Amino acid sequence: MVEIVVKELDIWFGAVHALRGVNMEIASKEILSIIGPASSGKTTFLRTLNRLNELDVTFKMKGSVELTGLDIKKIEAEHLRKKVGMVFALPLPLPLSIFDNVAYGPKVHGVKNKQKQQEIVEKALKQAYLWDEVKDRLGTSAFKLSGGQQQRLCIARTLAVEPEVILFDEPCSGLDPISTAKVEEAMLMLKANYTLILVTNNVKQAARVGDKTAFFLSGELIEIDRTDKMFTTPHDKRTDDYIRGKFG
Amino acid sequence: MSNAERTQKIAFFFIFLAAFLIVVPVGLIVAIIIQKGLPAITWQFLTDVPRQGMRAGGIFPAIVGTVYLVIGAIIFALPIGVMAAIYLSEYARDNFLTRMIKLAIVNLAGVPSVVYGLFGLALFVVFFKFGASILSGSLTLGIMILPIIITTSREALESVPHSFREASCSLGASKWQTVRYIILPNSIAGILTGTILGIGRAAGETAPILFTVAAFYLPQLPQSIFDQAMALPYHLYVISTQVPNVDEKIRYGTALVLLALVLFMNLVAIIIRYKFRKQKKW
Repeated sequence: MVEIVVKELDIWFGAVHALRGVNMEIASKEILSIIGPASSGKTTFLRTLNRLNELDVTFKMKGSVELTGLDIKKIEAEHLRKKVGMVFALPLPLPLSIFDNVAYGPKVHGVKNKQKQQEIVEKALKQAYLWDEVKDRLGTSAFKLSGGQQQRLCIARTLAVEPEVILFDEPCSGLDPISTAKVEEAMLMLKANYTLILVTNNVKQAARVGDKTAFFLSGELIEIDRTDKMFTTPHDKRTDDYIRGKFG
Repeated sequence: MSNAERTQKIAFFFIFLAAFLIVVPVGLIVAIIIQKGLPAITWQFLTDVPRQGMRAGGIFPAIVGTVYLVIGAIIFALPIGVMAAIYLSEYARDNFLTRMIKLAIVNLAGVPSVVYGLFGLALFVVFFKFGASILSGSLTLGIMILPIIITTSREALESVPHSFREASCSLGASKWQTVRYIILPNSIAGILTGTILGIGRAAGETAPILFTVAAFYLPQLPQSIFDQAMALPYHLYVISTQVPNVDEKIRYGTALVLLALVLFMNLVAIIIRYKFRKQKKW
């Protein structure tokens, strides 16, 4: 089933043409990895899907993005972001306790019942493989956690609003190999229930977790295919060069 | 010693001197006022009304008047100032209107205080018919300290990292929810700094209250916000220049009380700010 359809997407920030004519279909309950060198438009593409680019006043967009058949411009931004969650490159806990970080999303969406909040928080932390490490200190500041724990907290926080799609923007760029493995493990488990889109600088990570892989270069989508095909017989020479580490 | 070294030593000496010179007047002001004013401070001086044409008795009505005026000014200026700061830092786009608002704030900060006094007289006392009253005085002082509160509050709001706004928005929180739950709680310390500066300014100014509230001599306490009141800075002005033969120690005693009052109100705000800073989680 197709979850997201992107048609003729063009994006500018002021005079900078960040994305050029991108067409893409993203299947549901799969992991799509997006690779490409720095400033190739990967993150911009990701932030289009939850309309986070709109926080930048110089942002301009042409073309359309549809989420399960609905144009995202016609969905209220708050509601869209509830459906399309995001995990950022650096662990970015809110300046709140561990519990309140996870409960923040449900609270702003109107879950006032404490009992219900506790159930959501526990479930989300378990899904992100963090519950056992933090269950005795839910009231302490999220900044007391280690980097890897903070990133899994951010995943839990995103899960707590029960999205359909989760965007990962280089989620492991600041993490050590063991924490990275834990985050990847979490992603593979989440695939059963969510559509995941992973932007990564790490080509090997894309190969490890992605069902499909897309390659961006200078704001253009060069190629998108099944990961195994992409990494063995890519169509475009530039894809081949990038995967082999000849540039970027 | 090389030439460069010598130049550096000379430069350093003058820079240090300039920095140290700031301490001297502060120290002298406090020392002189304490030395000359302390003998006047008695229980009666603090709790009695002025007597014998203000040459004896106490300054209680002026203390109460100043406290009322400062509280009134803060009640008026703090919410408006903080809300304006939130608008400017979180919602306003860079357009003509926004630039005009910012220009108005800068200009408001540069208006001489006596002009505020005349403005308050024309608007609140005469036009709104509040008369010379605590209400008129508080509103005039409030407008005077608005730019201080807006500027410091804006800086405080803008010092909250942009990434928190993104994280909050990415969870589907609205802009207002983000401000309410994430940004405001983390900028209270800075907002209180602005409040502290505002308190000091409001308590010490004479000109804005001259025509709007201050009573020359009023031996009873104000009963409502529509009453006139005595105030410490104006009282000090009166006994220093308008009433002959006032004992020097009464004048300095009044100054000392004003100084202590401002310090005390600042201290309260500083303690609150300290408590919030300690809670800061990043």
